[in-house]
Amino acid sequence: MSAKRQEQGNRNDSGFSRALLKREPWLHIAKRPEMGKKRGGLLKMASILLAIAVGGLFMLALGYNPLTLYMTIINGALGNAESWRMTIRLMIPLVISSLAVCLAFKMRFWNIGAEGQIIMGAVFATYFALYHTSWPRLPLLLVMFVAGAVGGALWGLLPAFFKARFNTNETLFTLMLNYIALNVIVYFRDGPWKDPGSSGFPKIARFDKVAQLPKLAGVQIGWLIALILVVLVYVYLKYSKHGYEIKVVGASQATARYAGMNVRRIILRTMAISGALAGIAGMVQASGSDMTLAESVAGGVGFTAIIVAWLANLNPFGIALTAFFFSVLEKGSSVMRSSYNLSAEFAAVLQGIILFCVLGGEFFLRYRLVRRSGSKPRETQVREV
Amino acid sequence: MSTLIRLISHSVLAGTPLLFGTLGEIVNEKAGHLNLGVEGMMAMGACAGFMAGYLSGSLLLSLLFAFLAGALGALIYALLTVTLMADQNVTGLTLTIFGVGLSNFIGQYMLVNTATNTLKLPEALNNRLKALSIPGLSQLPVAGSLLFSYDLFVYLSIAIALLLGWYINHSHSGRNLRAVGENPAAADAAGIHVTRVKYLNLLLGGGICGLGGAYAAMVSNGGVWLSDTVGGRGWIAVALVIFAAWNPVRAILGAYVFGAFSVLKYYVPKSVLSLPNAFYDALPFIVTALVLVISSILQKRKNAQPASVGLSYYREER
Amino acid sequence: MSNHEDRPAKAEAAASGAATPGERRDGYRSGPAIAGQGLTKRFGSVLANDHIDFEVEYGEILALLGENGSGKTTLMNLLSGLYFPDSGQIYVDGQAVSVSTPADAISLGIGMIHQHFKLVEAMTALENILLGPRTSKFSLARHRQEIERMCKTYGLTVDLGKPVYDMSVSEKQTVEVVKVLYHGARILILDEPTAVLTPQETESLFAILRRMKQQGCAIIIITHKLNEVLAISDRVMVLRRGRSEALLQTSQADLRSLTETMVGHAIDLKINRPTYAAERQKTLLAVQELSVIRPDGSQALDQVSFELKTGEILGVAGVAGSGQKELSEALVSLTPCQSGSITYCGQVISGLPTTEIYKKGVSLAFVPEDRLGMGLVGDMGMPGNMLLKSYRDHRGFFIDCKPAEQLSQQLKETLDISTPSLETPVRLLSGGNVQKVLLGREIESQPQVLITSYPVRGLDINASYTVYDLLNEQKMKGCGILYLGEDLDVLLELADRILVLCHGRVTGIVDARQASKETVGLMMAGMTLKEELA
Repeated sequence: MSAKRQEQGNRNDSGFSRALLKREPWLHIAKRPEMGKKRGGLLKMASILLAIAVGGLFMLALGYNPLTLYMTIINGALGNAESWRMTIRLMIPLVISSLAVCLAFKMRFWNIGAEGQIIMGAVFATYFALYHTSWPRLPLLLVMFVAGAVGGALWGLLPAFFKARFNTNETLFTLMLNYIALNVIVYFRDGPWKDPGSSGFPKIARFDKVAQLPKLAGVQIGWLIALILVVLVYVYLKYSKHGYEIKVVGASQATARYAGMNVRRIILRTMAISGALAGIAGMVQASGSDMTLAESVAGGVGFTAIIVAWLANLNPFGIALTAFFFSVLEKGSSVMRSSYNLSAEFAAVLQGIILFCVLGGEFFLRYRLVRRSGSKPRETQVREV
Repeated sequence: MSTLIRLISHSVLAGTPLLFGTLGEIVNEKAGHLNLGVEGMMAMGACAGFMAGYLSGSLLLSLLFAFLAGALGALIYALLTVTLMADQNVTGLTLTIFGVGLSNFIGQYMLVNTATNTLKLPEALNNRLKALSIPGLSQLPVAGSLLFSYDLFVYLSIAIALLLGWYINHSHSGRNLRAVGENPAAADAAGIHVTRVKYLNLLLGGGICGLGGAYAAMVSNGGVWLSDTVGGRGWIAVALVIFAAWNPVRAILGAYVFGAFSVLKYYVPKSVLSLPNAFYDALPFIVTALVLVISSILQKRKNAQPASVGLSYYREER
Repeated sequence: MSNHEDRPAKAEAAASGAATPGERRDGYRSGPAIAGQGLTKRFGSVLANDHIDFEVEYGEILALLGENGSGKTTLMNLLSGLYFPDSGQIYVDGQAVSVSTPADAISLGIGMIHQHFKLVEAMTALENILLGPRTSKFSLARHRQEIERMCKTYGLTVDLGKPVYDMSVSEKQTVEVVKVLYHGARILILDEPTAVLTPQETESLFAILRRMKQQGCAIIIITHKLNEVLAISDRVMVLRRGRSEALLQTSQADLRSLTETMVGHAIDLKINRPTYAAERQKTLLAVQELSVIRPDGSQALDQVSFELKTGEILGVAGVAGSGQKELSEALVSLTPCQSGSITYCGQVISGLPTTEIYKKGVSLAFVPEDRLGMGLVGDMGMPGNMLLKSYRDHRGFFIDCKPAEQLSQQLKETLDISTPSLETPVRLLSGGNVQKVLLGREIESQPQVLITSYPVRGLDINASYTVYDLLNEQKMKGCGILYLGEDLDVLLELADRILVLCHGRVTGIVDARQASKETVGLMMAGMTLKEELA
């Protein structure tokens, strides 16, 4: 028995010395006091620069000169009036759908379904564009606009209803609706709305002139709609009772209920508006840019919108700015395809890297790394890194 | 009867990439991380696995690179969500956008450098990916085609599922893993290295997702590189985790059921039921949406999602 | 003994006082177990621990006394490896050690039982006990045997197969104790272990601690209750504002000197209890046979009946999870009632929407465990929070911020709320100030009924007394106050009557001026008033 004990003692000792020998952690995460808006903005800029540098390294690894490639992007997007117009055209649906995402995200409702809501908006609007060409232009366009909003709103209400009623996971639900919406277009393209004039590949007929949005300053009028919506969403969020309710529900549903808010109604209402905005984006894209209903009417905009909204801190004016930046990237990347035969997907890769860097950078808003000199524990020097 | 057997074995093939994705996501969620980047990690694995196979002709290298690429995606995710405590939803989505973009970009980059403008796996590798012929077993009536006539990946996925089932629910490390996912503060207090457990299991899950991507690229698409090669399977896999109730063994059944939905259109005679193709293509997504709704209505305490999924853990939070 | 039997051997060693440094011949340990020198820890701008020195010996119980926010828990988290000191040195058995992770602490034989239990709810007791780095290759059955044997030594009872979510608070605490002992702890740290126990459960916990002390364990018990310090400890260390104010023999301390050291100045700890003229009292709120079912199907409240009168504070006592939360929520329709009725001034209000009930003058100053979780929006400043219930009051689509800003300014002055600016998010304010914002807003609406749950949780003594004064002021204005509390001593001094809940049933309503702590404790454990009297 005593020998047994002796051994235990030794073992305890060895466990002991392990801990003794262990060095103190040289880096340590500590909470920092809240950072001012200005420094936060600087941090974000630094993150984006880092992302551009990382993207450059990636290009370098593939054997291209990053500087020339980045110049190609900028020239391709902003080199002349025509490319400016193309860039703005790309920006229109992106701004509007980012606003849509922004409303839902403010409420902490993870609407990943802007893609599907854009499509359903476009589908609803297309019905009138194809079958009511006898109407005068303005009423027809207005009806298409409303139809687009309704289509998107319905597609947004679906997940909202199940979220409010059964707490169904909205992230995955809205995602599934994206794929379903895509197949709705395919159905119409292959079936009822197939253009009898097209031989070979099935497609939907080009919209009649009356169903096309007019141009303003050389670009379809959608840009004006987008700017108006930016202001409207800003005011709605900041000054209206609805906006206040969205913020409270986003902060805590329990608090909202405690305050006597009807949380279900607020979720439904906000998602209807969010979906409607995305639907408007779809209508504007189909009627103003594509002049038809194409499978690519959303074309990933709904996903990019998530990045844009997040980068802009869910601020509508920030969204306009970020969307412009991203459109430059998209347009420029498409030029890379023609000049270097590189995939335009570079835009997606770079967007991903940017958001990775910004997400990582946000850590430094809330925490700081503290380095210790571990040798003298009694008088540890704490330095901010 | 033979149609039914064909449908089942076809479902197994279609369900296999889903199974890999679901298993990877189960491991991730058990570690407390809702990783929406499955689609992206699968795309990265698809690209790396396919290209490794295309260039080397070696199945082993394909598998290795697919696993590593998926794990690389997971590493980015882990760095951001574990160490830097970023929002898991947004990070996962970004990983998907990034992974799919990167995979398509590299695919295009490789395509440009070919003469034929197509990327095809070497014939020898393609043959190795064909259904195995097990002497004496594959020739059995019914059982032969139902159980013993699949390719290597299928058996690999089942083996991984069974191993994970044992690991998560019956091993000591698995218990620690579950503790981390349920309550990282408790795990930490018990002396478990929370960060290490999270990293290891996120990487493991990411690697498994990568294998699923490789299957989609190398087998499902017949050995020819296609853009958007994963095509939403990753998202279905995330949803399947709920269907499988976080149980790797149940995931096998779930994946095959969903595999069946995606190949149903080839087995329903047009004379009996004529539905547009688009409906069949949307069917897996429609069913997934329904599963989400139904499972949220029937929420139960047991087998539910690990309690701390989606939350960052900071030890000194006060 | 073979290599893999390390951990249970250690457990046994702990149980019988085996060979470790400082062991005496008779098997009892003596000498210094754990000590700290100059321990300092800073959180942002707050100095939570400022050069603290202390020492505990084997076979000794040290009480760590201090108000909320004095740095007790921080200090213990330094010892258990959850935090790492900015400077200072920890010694175990006289040797300098570095405790940078909880795993280090465990291997050094330090076991911490946290105030908020660190247990995985979805697992069984056995699974929870076995969590951690693998140290042996025992089968589950063997582990079970070893644990059961160890429990016998210490007189602990635990159902190893029971899932934690089915356990009562004191059962959970036992699992925590078994867990740290099984991992070989010789130095035990308990953070506010009695906060959630009935007086009787506290007694039995103390008995276990005394037994462990006899077995040679070193024990540190954190508390803010003076009588517990005197009852259990050998020595006491008093912390104030992160500094060690005194380290003395308990036998030489008394209530008064400890209070003074803890608070920093002489203070009368008696809580005021003004009396509202009985002849002016009338019934405000009448609750009849109220039953509530939780979402998971369990019975939260079972046929609860009581009356709340004008000018009284009705305290609600009960072990955590006895239905207090559901009671407070059901009164304002935040939780649906399954059956029964609630009458306010003669009108039935059960079933009405929450906003309707607010309009009638029932105010719910609800403070859940997480203060910011329900009553306030942490990311908003004071005006945004003032608007929470009143934003609908004026017409139109847009919000009118003016009155809210004025109200914020006024509250800031009258209640002396310290905040850098009105727009500073309230989550950045200290607990006491957050409480003032919340109570201030509720009182501003001139409620007839005020429901507060745990309004002093986490507050220091001064802030707590401010809250008591605010409540008494409302009571003397004729307001009926339902006070859900956890500290029996406070309830007995502050409330006029005490309603005791146990598993959702009322076990009795007693006059707080006459009732004894023991009586209420027994009622909290399920004894009804009649049984108790008989």
